[in-house]
Amino acid sequence: MKKISLSNISKLYEVISREYDLYAPIKKAGKVNFAKWTDGEEVVFNAQTVRSPKDMFFPQTMDLYSLKMQGKTVEVIDDRSETAPFVVFGVKPCDCKSFEVLDRVFLAEPVDTYYQNRREAGIIVGLGCSAPSESCMCASFGVDNTEPVADVKSYIVDGEMYLDAITDKGEKLLSLIAGLLVDADSTKVDEQKAKTKEINKKLPLQNLDMTRFTADNLNEIFNEEEWEGLSEACLACGTCTYVCPTCQCYDIRDFKTNDGVKRFRCWDSCMYSDFTKMSAGQPRNTQMQRFRQRFMHKLVYFPANNDGMYSCVGCGRCATKCPISMNIAKVIKKLGGKHND
Amino acid sequence: MQVSDIKKKASEMLLSGEVKRVIGWKKGEFDYDLTPATFESVEELEDFVYDGFCGANLSKYLIKESKKEGKTLVFMKPCDTYSFNQLLKEHRIVRDNVYVVAIDCEGKLDIDKIKSKGIKGILSVKEDGDEVIIDTIYGESKVVKGEVMLEKCLTCKSKEHVAYDESMAQGVENVSLDRFSEVAKLEAMTADERYEFWRGELSKCIRCNACRNVCPACSCVKCVFDNDASGVSAKSNANEFEESMFHIIRAFHVAGRCTDCGECSRVCPQHIPLHLINRKFIKDINTLYGEYQAGADVDSRGPLTNYTTDDLDPSDIFGGNK
Amino acid sequence: MTNEALIPIVGVVTDIRRDTPDVKTFRVVTLDGKKCFEHKPGQCAMLSIPGVGEALFSITSSPTNKDYLEFSIKKCGCVTTWLHEMEVGQQVTIRGPYGNGFPVTTELKGKDLLFIAGGIGLAPLRSVINYVRDNRADYGKVDILYGSRSKDDLVHFNEIVSEWVNEPGFNIHLTIDREQEGWDGHVGFVPSYVEELNFDPQKTVLMCGPPVMIKFTLASLMKLGFSRNQVYTTMELKMKCAIGKCGRCNIGSKYVCKDGPVFRFDQLDELPPEY
Repeated sequence: MKKISLSNISKLYEVISREYDLYAPIKKAGKVNFAKWTDGEEVVFNAQTVRSPKDMFFPQTMDLYSLKMQGKTVEVIDDRSETAPFVVFGVKPCDCKSFEVLDRVFLAEPVDTYYQNRREAGIIVGLGCSAPSESCMCASFGVDNTEPVADVKSYIVDGEMYLDAITDKGEKLLSLIAGLLVDADSTKVDEQKAKTKEINKKLPLQNLDMTRFTADNLNEIFNEEEWEGLSEACLACGTCTYVCPTCQCYDIRDFKTNDGVKRFRCWDSCMYSDFTKMSAGQPRNTQMQRFRQRFMHKLVYFPANNDGMYSCVGCGRCATKCPISMNIAKVIKKLGGKHND
Repeated sequence: MQVSDIKKKASEMLLSGEVKRVIGWKKGEFDYDLTPATFESVEELEDFVYDGFCGANLSKYLIKESKKEGKTLVFMKPCDTYSFNQLLKEHRIVRDNVYVVAIDCEGKLDIDKIKSKGIKGILSVKEDGDEVIIDTIYGESKVVKGEVMLEKCLTCKSKEHVAYDESMAQGVENVSLDRFSEVAKLEAMTADERYEFWRGELSKCIRCNACRNVCPACSCVKCVFDNDASGVSAKSNANEFEESMFHIIRAFHVAGRCTDCGECSRVCPQHIPLHLINRKFIKDINTLYGEYQAGADVDSRGPLTNYTTDDLDPSDIFGGNK
Repeated sequence: MTNEALIPIVGVVTDIRRDTPDVKTFRVVTLDGKKCFEHKPGQCAMLSIPGVGEALFSITSSPTNKDYLEFSIKKCGCVTTWLHEMEVGQQVTIRGPYGNGFPVTTELKGKDLLFIAGGIGLAPLRSVINYVRDNRADYGKVDILYGSRSKDDLVHFNEIVSEWVNEPGFNIHLTIDREQEGWDGHVGFVPSYVEELNFDPQKTVLMCGPPVMIKFTLASLMKLGFSRNQVYTTMELKMKCAIGKCGRCNIGSKYVCKDGPVFRFDQLDELPPEY
């Protein structure tokens, strides 16, 4: 394990950003979001970013390819530029887990190379939690918030950042900054981990009962009357889906430019009424159905197709950001199992 | 006015059959995550709450609820009644199906502001006069209420209800700031500074539509931004222009109808002070056409839908070409 | 050309046939005149026009046709309206094939087949019907019951009356909703005609048509003693990627684009009724 004093850390950013695009939790206009680091930016590690780091791998909008049409001829141009190598700093363990979920979707055959290219180009520096919040549910989803699964794991204890490479990519990154790091033993980190584990025990949502969310109960849960009450105040906005690190539904659209057409994809939300609307019909007519779809997908459908893995990492963003404070914790408490009181 | 009185009122009206349902706020997992809800029985009212976290404006829910069979009882804070009036004026609510009970409001809290102070692991939040006491797993914190109130409450336009069938309100002194002082601050900036300010704020927008969907003035059945045939429909902001366009178009669309309820800013996951755009419009409308408060009544014609030959041209006040 | 899942190739429309007032059949090949890709009967492809958008269509030609792909498309939205207005020689983009297709080499092999189609619902079934004609020895008797609003709305009418009726072991039953001059065939809705014809419940059914037809025809089949695991249908839900990632064509945990579009009714019964 290596370490660096936080007072010296902007040097580390500087060295990394010479070789890579460096993304970090940066505070701008009062809010912390992952953004590209440039000298003078305020990096904040003790707050949760509003947007999740999925942005760096599955951006809100991205061009897929270009199309040209002249008379009756059509041309398809794959005009992607190579993804420049980049580093994402300060990714919390829940968010680290979200890449495992996204991989299940985008790296399953047929592979989505837009995502794959970014996954290969990206180096993730995870950051262990030391002060989880009441909205944290990661442990309920099998995430150990003291062990970020990433290329490098890091911890901040007493004004110092400890770093440990996990993968070859991580080794490569640490060798780039080796001159700034000194050897460290893990005593203080271990102490912090033990402390965090004690805090977890006091958090109300870290031990949710989800035993009922099985493929066998799919129809029974789908038909629950509780969905009506849970969804009644839903505004049909897309906040939960857009701040969610694992929501990956997208739309593909055309944008006409002066020089042909850009076919792009952008995030879409199952909360929106046009999500499933066709010229020929609409299978989800009510907000209850759309709301139900989101949680059924995360808690039942996705695990049914992915060896029991939930499409939720328990980050709690939906719990803090929903305009009507309806969230996955409330859904789980109503429908997840008997031991949720 | 006690919460128990409000609950009592609700259960009486449900039991007597005068109303079929009650719209109010339902308790959540924590003290701060209340959800707007309908209550149809006395048992359901167990979860009814009214406290510092009842910032949500319930008036827009009446568009749907007032079309259901039977009367709906709704509890409204002063600012909610302005939205209610405006929706009545726009024929969005069936008035006869609604029973409005006015309740006091001493300003609501913003959990996001509390958390922005680094307060985490919240177990409970209690108000004690001008102080808010937050118990967390990391210890107790005390903050001054004024520092953690919703933006909309810091500049509360009135503690008086403008519509109700019955009032349980006992009156609260309004000690809030002049709501146009914030606009004046923006106006005092140079154009470049102002542009920078809005770029910084609007660059955070994730286009989740929360501001639009919560807005009582945004009651179009199909929004232009959702209509593929409009040519401007979009699900995400592809560039800076689109980040700004959505909010500017929306502000224009609600101009003269926005009551300044502040819900847009309350629900914004990025805390963009969207209300300031609308408030600037309100200020300009006041300057051009005389003092006007949308939602103050149900009968008057809005300044932008009521042309008179005395109307000033904006250039008379703000300069520039006619 | 690229192998990227989302990036299409360019195809050219070499023939456009008007089938009915609102259905046209388009023939598509690659720029060098070849078939765009091989497919199984019942599979689909994404067609698009730059600036208008992509949409998924079932491939109506049989895999045994080695020269081209055909799509019978009803005019009902933006993309389909554009396609209806284009002329021969127009290039489009195409990607696919998508979906599971009908199990022609396994479960359907050796069976007596009953095809039931309503309106444009014949499009995906035509692929199977012509496949069966070209592999005639592998299947038993074939009944085709096809209904539409009027005689003019019967898709592929010429092929039906000039080719299918002459196929050995094929029985064709056509019906239209209302009496019409120049029509001496059956008049009435598909579900009641199914009962009238009193099909042998040993047959395996492949059905496609509007939801209301499916609903009542299924009931008629049950009356005749068919069971739901003998009846196949093909589903249509909104799709953007067609590769199981964009997240909108699911019925419960199944994605229509990759787990479907062909389902047996006993399989659909196990899924939430959200389609």
